[in-house]
Amino acid sequence: MTIHRRSALKGLAATGVGTAIFGAPGVLRGEVDPIRVGFLTVKTGPLASGGIQMEEGLTLYLKERNSTLSGRPVQVYIADTGGVPAITKSKAQELVERAKVHCFIGPLAAFEALAIDDYIRDTQTPTMSVAAAEDMTQRKPNPWFVRATSSSSQCASPMADYAAKELKYAHMATIADDIAYGHEMCAGFQQVFEDAGGRIVQKLWPPLNTPDYGAYVAQLKPDLDAIFLGFAGSNGFKFLKQYREYARKTPLLGGMTAIDESLLQQMGEDALGILSSCWYSADLDSPTNRKFVANMERVYKVDPGFYAAATYTNGAVLEAAVKAVGGRIEDKNAFMAALRTIKVPDTVRGPVSFDRYGNVVGNVYIRKVVRKGGKFVNAVVRTYPDVSQFWTYDPKAFLKNPVYSRDYPPARYLEQ
Amino acid sequence: MRAIFSLLVIAVILIALPAMVGNEFYVNLASQVLIYALLAMSLNILVGLGGMVSLGHAAYLGVAAYTDAWLVTNAGVDTLSAAFLAIAVTTAMAALFGLLALRAAGLGFVMITLALAQILWGLGYRWADLTGGDNGIRLASRPVPFGIDLASPTHFYYFALVICSLAFVCLWRLAYSPFGASLRGARDQPRRMRMLGHHVWMVRWIAFIMAGFWGSIAGLLFIYYNQFIHPHSLSLQQSAEALLMVILGGANTFLGPIVGALIITLVKNVASSYVDRWNSLLGLIFVVVVLFMPQGIVPGLKFRWTQFTRRGRKVFVAAPAPPSP
Amino acid sequence: MQFWLIQTLNSVAFGGLLFLLSSGFSLIFGLMRIPNLAHGAVFMLGAYFGATFIELGINFWIAALLSGLGVGVLGLLLERLILRRLAGNEQGQVLVTLGISFIVADVCLMVWTGDPIPLPAPAALRAPIFVAGFAFPTYRLAVLAVALVIAAGLYLLIERTRLGAMIRAGVDDMEMARGVGIPISKLYMLVFLLGTALAGIGGTLGGPILNADPGLDSQMLPLALVVVILGGIGSLVGALVGSLIVGFLYNFGTALVPDLAYFVLFFPMVLVLVLMPQGLFGRVPQ
Repeated sequence: MTIHRRSALKGLAATGVGTAIFGAPGVLRGEVDPIRVGFLTVKTGPLASGGIQMEEGLTLYLKERNSTLSGRPVQVYIADTGGVPAITKSKAQELVERAKVHCFIGPLAAFEALAIDDYIRDTQTPTMSVAAAEDMTQRKPNPWFVRATSSSSQCASPMADYAAKELKYAHMATIADDIAYGHEMCAGFQQVFEDAGGRIVQKLWPPLNTPDYGAYVAQLKPDLDAIFLGFAGSNGFKFLKQYREYARKTPLLGGMTAIDESLLQQMGEDALGILSSCWYSADLDSPTNRKFVANMERVYKVDPGFYAAATYTNGAVLEAAVKAVGGRIEDKNAFMAALRTIKVPDTVRGPVSFDRYGNVVGNVYIRKVVRKGGKFVNAVVRTYPDVSQFWTYDPKAFLKNPVYSRDYPPARYLEQ
Repeated sequence: MRAIFSLLVIAVILIALPAMVGNEFYVNLASQVLIYALLAMSLNILVGLGGMVSLGHAAYLGVAAYTDAWLVTNAGVDTLSAAFLAIAVTTAMAALFGLLALRAAGLGFVMITLALAQILWGLGYRWADLTGGDNGIRLASRPVPFGIDLASPTHFYYFALVICSLAFVCLWRLAYSPFGASLRGARDQPRRMRMLGHHVWMVRWIAFIMAGFWGSIAGLLFIYYNQFIHPHSLSLQQSAEALLMVILGGANTFLGPIVGALIITLVKNVASSYVDRWNSLLGLIFVVVVLFMPQGIVPGLKFRWTQFTRRGRKVFVAAPAPPSP
Repeated sequence: MQFWLIQTLNSVAFGGLLFLLSSGFSLIFGLMRIPNLAHGAVFMLGAYFGATFIELGINFWIAALLSGLGVGVLGLLLERLILRRLAGNEQGQVLVTLGISFIVADVCLMVWTGDPIPLPAPAALRAPIFVAGFAFPTYRLAVLAVALVIAAGLYLLIERTRLGAMIRAGVDDMEMARGVGIPISKLYMLVFLLGTALAGIGGTLGGPILNADPGLDSQMLPLALVVVILGGIGSLVGALVGSLIVGFLYNFGTALVPDLAYFVLFFPMVLVLVLMPQGLFGRVPQ
């Protein structure tokens, strides 16, 4: 376990003025007006580690392309929202009103996206989101929204399918952060798992900022087939560490942020053999991804995970859409239509396209933690292609049901 | 005379602000400053006038905002009634909380206010059926009082300005009223006040309710402006920020909370765009201010100003009021 | 049966950790009436220091002592240079300690970045202990043992030494203590050093359980406050009992009444405050 050197480097760099550039006139290259991208991320506060990785992913993408997309220079305005919805709104306003950005990338958290939902509609700002909130692309769809990552449950559904049909699990528990993201993810898992004949017999919801998971490890029933982890940020890592300390043997299945590459080396042997599902794995064997991973390691000394890949993929989506409108991002309607209709065949996560609600349709990978070349990686063991946010359900029927939440679908098999 | 003149100058600047700054972003920023200034002013009734430090003031902002948002969104109540009900509910809650909090003093008081706010915060997250959990509640649109559409930043700013000015006037009158005097007396010399026949507990309780009342107004402005309420607005972080605004600017002064709200809002929203380490900057401001202006910015500046304008002459400045038991 | 046993062990172990955190706070507030709202941040700083020292190959227990020393020195500087000027100015103390906590938290984020850093427990304590047929992390029991040892040490210090007598005098009646000639200024420095050093040691010792993590300060500070309120200010016994109570509330509360998980700690605190404002063992009238 090492404290990454990037921390010292970044520390030194960050002591100075932030990288946001406001009011600065265009770019030095002739008269061409730059594409201005408003990047909403979280650089301070409890969500900071994810937000910082998001910044790294986006910065890398643009650096590889000399900050030029479709012949036009790109200027990114980075806004630190601190994970506070009121500041997210304020920053969004600043980006649109002062910096005059053409589009947003981000925000990170679901409640941040909800806080600026109206503002995005009012100002008609195309937004390439990272936040997983389901209803933004389901029952209250925002026409200016695309999401290239995943809805909360989109990656949980294949995991449930795999658990029931491949691993033949029948009795499972779920444990997740007590936030909408965790609720929606576990609900999706439960729906598919129980439809395939399994039963969820226990659901635990530790509060988001729980310092010590010991109390929860002790509550987990002893005779489960497996436990599904719906943690976000670094909580998966914290839980796993304590789970191992109590020498529990029940297999664990991870959601898309529980066994993240960015913390995998710290998890070390504790994580060996754990399966998780995500729309990305640093181990994907495509030239695009291998280049991405190599560059991330070289520049930031870390493997890319969910957060870095999210913005890197958004960068690819942005580039494809800009190309589709011939560089004329100012034409909002055309740009938005392009964002929704493009198919980007070669991103680091594989092929990407969007459904009519703006949510991605793409591959979801079942990964297993193995040791490769002296370090721990999420090796892909199965690929589910063309997964949509509705899994295999009919969208109309799906949308008639209430949104996934802590109590929907109702847990009928809970045991005391 | 000088006071009226400076007041007029300030009024002119505030009214002409939207025209002066041109960009809507700054008008929006000014609206935010007004909202937090009101919140800080309401807290100052407790902290400055009453000498009671509260770490749970966000509760009033949050509950008012949640009540209003819920009524409008889920119960289809009209704007005016929802606002009225929100204020009523929050003020009633303040009365109840005051009964509990005033059983203790000093650190105990701080902790009860903290605990009550934390309980509400927990409810905000857990009682998702009512509050939406961490998805919060969204207000579909800004209200339209008397046909004035508050969706426009400039309109909202003037609306907030009118409300905050009214609050300012009311609080000014309160501070210099006999009630205000007895509150300050209760802060400084509670035993003597009791001996003189004042009902110290009642005075403090009423102050608590008033603080909650004005906090609820700030909550309404908050939900109208942001159109979104989230448990974070009930959090310790929010309460601590309000307290910091009051202390930074100078408790027990009028302009203090306003100055504090201005500085903290600007650092959070503007400085954070230029400085990555804006949290350190904020912390540094607190430390520096407290070292050089231990009573807060406004009293500190006043002191420096009197020193400056009367240089050469020694000026006796009264010792700061000792903290009440 | 197993459930009750594990949760009980969890509770006392967590209580031990909380004691390390809150004993310092209680001492400082008891003697100096300063609500050190930077206490959570210095606990976190202790965890980060510990992580770095261990990374450099230093033995775990020595790393804990060094962290305590490092954090203690910072606390000393804080007291000497800043807090001393604010005697009696409670609001100023709140402002400055919160300001320091912002700075410390932000500097930690800058230096150690946002990812949690796990502190490895000492190798000898890594294998779990088997109690009544289930495994329990040995290290947690070790933390409890250490906390009890430190509690005993503090008890001896406070009750059996001249220094302790001076501290007790100061807590009970500051004016008289000054009048009798106790060197208050030196006493303050020492107590603040001791209080923050305890938090620093606690941070490192808690590291293997809690990890050095950016959110640690805001998670731990409210817990410290609850412990001190429940147990009573200025009382070591109170801090110990309060820590155990909070440990039990936290573990059993989240297990038995999960819907009340967020406020299972605060209800009892409000009850105590309303019924017994000075806390269970408090010596300081509030």
